[in-house]
Amino acid sequence: MEPVYLAILLIWVLLFIYAVAGSIDFGTGFWAMYYERRNNTQASTIANNFLSPAWKVTNVFLVLLVVAFVALFPGAAPTLGTLMIVPFCLVLLLLTIRSAFMVYAFSTEKYSRLLTLVSGICGLIIPAILISILPAAIGGFVTIADDRQYILVDQLFLSPAFYTHIGFGLMTELFISSLFMTDYAKEAGDFETARTYRKNALLLGPLTLVFAIAAIFTLIPEASWMFANFLDLWGWYTLSLFAFAAGYSALWWPSKYKELGQPRVALLLIIVQFGLASLAYGMAHLPYLLYPDVTIYDAFTNETMFRYLLIGFIVGLAVLIPVFIWFWRLFFKDKAYLQGDGHDY
Amino acid sequence: MDNVLLSRMLFGTSMAFHIIFATLTVGISLMIFFSEIMRVIRKDNDYAVLAKRLTKGLAILLGVAIPTGTIVAVMLSLLWPGFMEVVGQVIALPFQIEIFAFFLESLFLAIYVYAADRLATTMRIVSSFFIAFGAVASAVLITSAHSWMNTPQGFDVVNGEITNVDPLAAALSTSFWSTSLHVVSTAYMTGAFVLVAVAAFKLFKPSLTKRERNYHHKGLILTLVFAFLMSLWTGLTGHDTTVMLYEEIPIKLAAAEGLFETQSNAPLTLFGVPSPEANEVIGGLEIPGMLSWLATYSTDAVIQGLNDFPQENWPPLIVHTLFNVMVFIGGGLIGISGIGLLYWFIKRKQEDFRFPKWLLAAFVASGPLAMIGIETGWIFSCTGRQPWTIFDVQRTADAATTSGNLGIIFFLFAVLYAVLLVITSLVLYFYFKRNPLSQDMSSLGS
Ligand code: HDD
Ligand code: HEM
Ligand code: HEM
Repeated sequence: MEPVYLAILLIWVLLFIYAVAGSIDFGTGFWAMYYERRNNTQASTIANNFLSPAWKVTNVFLVLLVVAFVALFPGAAPTLGTLMIVPFCLVLLLLTIRSAFMVYAFSTEKYSRLLTLVSGICGLIIPAILISILPAAIGGFVTIADDRQYILVDQLFLSPAFYTHIGFGLMTELFISSLFMTDYAKEAGDFETARTYRKNALLLGPLTLVFAIAAIFTLIPEASWMFANFLDLWGWYTLSLFAFAAGYSALWWPSKYKELGQPRVALLLIIVQFGLASLAYGMAHLPYLLYPDVTIYDAFTNETMFRYLLIGFIVGLAVLIPVFIWFWRLFFKDKAYLQGDGHDY
Repeated sequence: MDNVLLSRMLFGTSMAFHIIFATLTVGISLMIFFSEIMRVIRKDNDYAVLAKRLTKGLAILLGVAIPTGTIVAVMLSLLWPGFMEVVGQVIALPFQIEIFAFFLESLFLAIYVYAADRLATTMRIVSSFFIAFGAVASAVLITSAHSWMNTPQGFDVVNGEITNVDPLAAALSTSFWSTSLHVVSTAYMTGAFVLVAVAAFKLFKPSLTKRERNYHHKGLILTLVFAFLMSLWTGLTGHDTTVMLYEEIPIKLAAAEGLFETQSNAPLTLFGVPSPEANEVIGGLEIPGMLSWLATYSTDAVIQGLNDFPQENWPPLIVHTLFNVMVFIGGGLIGISGIGLLYWFIKRKQEDFRFPKWLLAAFVASGPLAMIGIETGWIFSCTGRQPWTIFDVQRTADAATTSGNLGIIFFLFAVLYAVLLVITSLVLYFYFKRNPLSQDMSSLGS
């Protein structure tokens, strides 16, 4: 494979990992807040059991994504940075409030409900803002004046694509995190809570699908070039629809536990679906990083740096994978941990 | 205000805020590792209590260090796109490896904190080691990028294009060793002095039980010894860094010292205000020959003055003050910790030994002083590089973004930092108030 394609594939992989991990992280934070408010302590505690060790690790994936992108495609930094400064700064503000308030909430009793409310809501909004950047990256909303590029904010706000993308971001986040929590609660042996989350997933699944399709179709007026590419990739989208259907139905598949289906299978298949659809989206986007000015070829780093970065990745992963496995076993497999509560850190 | 100035303000403020928490996590994670080891060696459960309370503090500090780190990492691309274009081609490697250090630190912190009761002693020590290792590795790796900005190497610029890239040569640029050792020694000394300050603050209270007094006293001595050693080491590494400036970036040394005329037997000027009109530092205290001697161990050495360089390349002369504050704090802290230890050593046999109030007060001041040292040191280093972002290669004005809206963004972040500073202090204060030492001592059976 040509280096530049390998590089963009790597970026896609990181983006995909962060999209899934971030959805689960922010969504779970929202559920922890939601169920605390409704005095469903169990559902909230289990969400927190996952969150407290995991949020830092998820955050590193975000940083990895940003750093890898700038390192592999430095030529995109000027345009992208200038255009996206407002949404990115908004995300940074919310992200900081979210993480800090979550940690504060773990450490104080008195204001913990208020702190959790703020962090839950901030977390809910972050993925929506991140996804709303997508319609801006395919052109249509950018103008040039005095050599500077601007996003046409008013036009963006008037465009249906903007809102379908926001809706899609919210639904995906809540859907994937519900599925994840169904499985996590089941692993903890708390079937009551698992049922609660499964109910959320049942409602959110079809909504996610509707928003996904709406997001694609509302793009037509702004980015017909991309839509034309979509048509060539129909096979990927069909596969992705199948994966969705199979995953959703897995919530009813026969299992030892009454009325839970196979949440693990459902989660994995939905992640596959998400992967297929986002890979197709990414391919339709190529070769542009930012339509029509920045392509992957212009933005790519030199080959020496690319080689070093690749070696860095491989060595880094080789060192870290055993640690990740250990981490998984301690927090996702260990019954004593899963069922405990009052982790006071 | 123009874009460049606003970008500098926004980025400088963000870094200055991140570094408070980042430095503390580097220092405190090492202390946790020490406590875990002492706990095994001395079979003294007080160290388990210490480790537990430090870990709690670390978890709260990381709640701010991690998102603010994310802020600066993303802002680097948003505010300095011209700089990042070069970074991506030449010095991306340390940034990328740093991520793996972050992974190490966060994974092992989670394991250490949330799985401590399920781990064997060895694994607990190993986990605490990797937390400390991850933290110091991130400091060294980011310093690699920072020192490359001072002494850029590992590439050529031909007709404005970057060629002949050697990522390793860039990551290990000339100033890398001296600078990163200085950063590590100062982070450790600051972590230690902050803990010295906390213990001394506690010892002021008259109502302590004997057990509690004992615990704080033990903590104070332990951290004081370490702080003393680290501040001596900081003097050495700071000296090496100054020699590095003399050899590699003479204009920065000239600005730091307020030296206008190139001369041998150059004096060291303490404080005062450098004045280009007067061609000298006004109101400073001169030690003849000292600067030449410090740079080369010989008063004959010629030190280049600012007048040798075009004025458009001068950094803001305020760096003279920043540099002086840093060096003074360095000397002062060696003094405070040295005198404290001497006092203790002489009088330690006394029944019911206590530090006098004035020493305790000095100890309490040492923590904030060290933090001021870190802040002035970094701002000196970054501001002293002006007007260059990459020394002699890229001007700050060419690195900055052209985007609008920076004023309002700066305002929002400034408010955020102020709020976080207040809430974090309150959370730390109330957490330790609600979970007093006596409670941790009895629950850990010490
Ligand atoms: C507790 C903090 C602290 C203390 C007491 C000192 N320093 Fe320092 N110094 C730093 C904290 C620091 C720092 C924050 O770590 C810096 C900023 C950038 C860097 O590389 O390290 C630094 C930079 C720095 C530089 C500039 C490097 C550059 O611009 O690239 C020099 C020349 C010195 N130091 C020299 C000294 C000397 C001679 C000291 C006398 C004891 C001293 N420092 C004490
Ligand atoms: C020399 C100054 C600095 C020191 C000592 C330092 C140290 C640290 C430490 C110890 C952490 C916590 C790591 C963790 O637990 O994950 C941290 C977080 C972080 N720092 Fe800094 N840092 C410095 C400067 C910078 C700069 C200039 C950047 C930007 C390029 C940066 C980017 C980050 C990021 C992205 C994080 C969050 C990582 C995460 O998500 O876990 N740091 N820093
Ligand atoms: C952690 C402590 C740090 C502090 C407090 C700090 C402070 C500052 C300040 C005050 C400025 C504005 C300078 C001016 O315009 O006068 C600045 C600029 C900058 N610093 Fe640092 N800095 C720190 C560490 C770093 C590190 C580790 C890096 C390297 C990765 C770095 C990279 C930059 C860049 C790229 C700029 C903008 C370009 C420029 O003004 O030259 N800083 N920093």
